[in-house]
Amino acid sequence: MPDSPVMAHQTEETGHNADNHLDQHPSYLRHHFNSIEQQADASNFAMWLFLLTEVMFFGGLFAAYLIYRNWYYPAFVAGSHQLNVIWGTTNTFVLILSSFTMAMGVWCAETRRKSGLVLCLILTFILGLGFLGIKTIEYSEKIEKHHVPGTHFSLQSFVDPVSDPEIFKEYHDKPLALDMARHTELYFSLYFLMTGMHALHMIIGIGILGFMIVRARAGAYTSGHVTFVENFGLYWHFVDVVWIYLFALLYLISRHQ
Amino acid sequence: MSEPNEQTHNGEHHIVGPAVYVTILFALLIGTGLTVWASFLELGPWNPVIALAIATTKAMLVVLFFMHVKYSTKLTKLTVFSGIFMFLVLISMTLADYISRAWGSW
Repeated sequence: MPDSPVMAHQTEETGHNADNHLDQHPSYLRHHFNSIEQQADASNFAMWLFLLTEVMFFGGLFAAYLIYRNWYYPAFVAGSHQLNVIWGTTNTFVLILSSFTMAMGVWCAETRRKSGLVLCLILTFILGLGFLGIKTIEYSEKIEKHHVPGTHFSLQSFVDPVSDPEIFKEYHDKPLALDMARHTELYFSLYFLMTGMHALHMIIGIGILGFMIVRARAGAYTSGHVTFVENFGLYWHFVDVVWIYLFALLYLISRHQ
Repeated sequence: MSEPNEQTHNGEHHIVGPAVYVTILFALLIGTGLTVWASFLELGPWNPVIALAIATTKAMLVVLFFMHVKYSTKLTKLTVFSGIFMFLVLISMTLADYISRAWGSW
């Protein structure tokens, strides 16, 4: 047999097979990808690129915090003493637990455990709300003490620490001179900006979780297509990482003067 | 993992199992306890250093295991590494600028 007809025949065969192969592909494989692996890699890469823009975004706030903390160190220490370490620690535990339940959710989706996935997503949802609940308690303390930057901001706790007995009995802060005390407003601006942007990410995440719970109950993520759950998991863990640093920088590093 | 419907090698996709997640969860909880305990000690300039070192360890555990970077493709590993490296370059250049502005005038 001459070579060329065989070749042609083979090409035809392969072409035919390839067509069949395409027909067998799951509906969630987009036509511009060659394979499920390629599609999964591309979406994972894209999700990480998005998260890196988020790193740069929060990074700007962290840089501002570090520079101002060095400039107005006594004001930042006094401001930090107003934060409740017990609430902060509780929230860190809550958020780490929610990261764990989310990771377990990804595993449930990958191994096609529908009820397990729904349970994990609901737990993550509840823990996320718990975090925001504790944050609300903390914010309302700041509002009551007029520690929200703006026209109602009060310097009393910083120029006259004895007037704030709860904090004073724990830290015995010395009164700050007025020009230094004024910079506690900067500390609280950064505190509300950083924790507020973090809380906004949590609120968006909880919204998406609600949507995912409905879809997961309909079996959307337990039939092989887990990209959405995986990428949401990456987002949720990223928010956890941001909090790990916020907790250390805002609550912990200024406990001693 | 010995679950019947778990595929340990599904192409390049590696499934991280509950045993790893539980281990990391406990490591993170212990790390949190440790960093709070350390913040009550009087360590002078070492307080922030220890707090940030523990935070970075915890963040690395989350990124490597919860976010699967340890099991990811080289592309993902390179992306994450270069992103964090770029972030550190920007932070250190900014801080170097501010620290050296008053050089010699203290």
